[in-house]
Amino acid sequence: MTSTGEYYQRDRMRHPPPRDEGYKTSVTRSPNYPLISLENSVSDVTGPVFGHGDVDPLDRDLLRNYARPGESPIGERIIVHGRVLDENARPVPGTLVEIWQANAGGRYRHKKDTYLAPIDPNFGGCGRTLTDVDGYYYFRTVKPGAYPWRNGINDWRPAHIHVSVFGRAWVQRLITQMYFEGDPLIATCPIVNTVRDKAAIGQLIAPLDRQASVPLDSLAYRFDIVLRGRRSTLFENRLEGN
Amino acid sequence: MTQPLDYLKETPSQTAGPYVHIGLAPGAAGFDIYDRELGHDIAGPNAAGERIRVEGIVMDGTGSPVKDVLLEAWQANAAGVHAHPESPGTVEDGFRGWGRVITDFATGEWGFDTVKPGPVAGRNGTMQAPHIGLWLVARGINLGLHTRLYFDDEVEANAADPVLNLIEWEGRRATLIARRGARDGQPVYRFDITLQGGEETVFFDI
Repeated sequence: MTSTGEYYQRDRMRHPPPRDEGYKTSVTRSPNYPLISLENSVSDVTGPVFGHGDVDPLDRDLLRNYARPGESPIGERIIVHGRVLDENARPVPGTLVEIWQANAGGRYRHKKDTYLAPIDPNFGGCGRTLTDVDGYYYFRTVKPGAYPWRNGINDWRPAHIHVSVFGRAWVQRLITQMYFEGDPLIATCPIVNTVRDKAAIGQLIAPLDRQASVPLDSLAYRFDIVLRGRRSTLFENRLEGN
Repeated sequence: MTQPLDYLKETPSQTAGPYVHIGLAPGAAGFDIYDRELGHDIAGPNAAGERIRVEGIVMDGTGSPVKDVLLEAWQANAAGVHAHPESPGTVEDGFRGWGRVITDFATGEWGFDTVKPGPVAGRNGTMQAPHIGLWLVARGINLGLHTRLYFDDEVEANAADPVLNLIEWEGRRATLIARRGARDGQPVYRFDITLQGGEETVFFDI
């Protein structure tokens, strides 16, 4: 019998509920039945492993990874950086972080986005990187613009960057969105407000990080990501954990 | 005053939104940016076992296909070993066990090619029937949904599976069983997922 340290149960009161009438699409895409809770097995505490063969160093630089030679995208040049930690405040090294976003005008390079703001010929809008041994990651990009969406007829998403993280285990898989400090659209966004807990919303808002800005080049925002932590199997084989 | 507990809190989830493909499957969004998109090949060329295709559709609470879902799969190889240091054993060179697919924008159909996984150890000395973990994100889904795909030709193993047996409502277990068929002599398993309503697929909090 394998003795695995389990991951802490996900606090679903901090996450958004499946159904939120303010976010209309969730109404028909949310299960009616409660989830079945499982104790972790090896199927859950394992997960895909990525390596440097999977990503190119340029993939983290959205200022260059889709720009024509000698050109760069239009917009506010920023660095987005931070650490991926678990709930025990331990770094999560070597994990894949993927981001995607609209351009400075709020337009996505996606065939289904028909917003009238133009595509930027030098901006793709996606990036990926692996965290280093300290769980640290960074991207260079432009600050995305707000954009309208068909929910209420005058609903606008705050500027945001979508973030996907794997962690070490299938149970840690997480997709979220990062918002920018001071954006007045955060307070009125139905998607932000699917999160009921104000403190939890605060965890999605990246502060301006003047210390990490590059003078005469880029401002920086700091976004730390916390994945589920893991219990020690005390009095058994001590595996990774708190 | 007691001492504070100093645990951090998990970052709250947000929906992947309608343009998830840009970040995670840019080719499907209509542009090529990476030399190598991740998640195309779950098993690799060297994996032992039966080559299978898995296909399906995701339906919402109105019975309409959801055409902007992104699915990820996580599975063991044919010997029941995951490509991860905590799985006992080793996997074939090139076997990743993880895949990522999107639904067709026009039809909502999704599918992937892999090998049929072997049984995996469960908790407390049990064995789990062969299964593939699936994780779904899309616009309107606030927190990724976990489910499992089992195989209808594994009747005995499914009957003894500790996870299926946790589902008290026996009638709901069938929502996790993929149906075997064939196309051009190759095995194809059909696995339709219903997000909401009568035949709602079982989803897990893992």
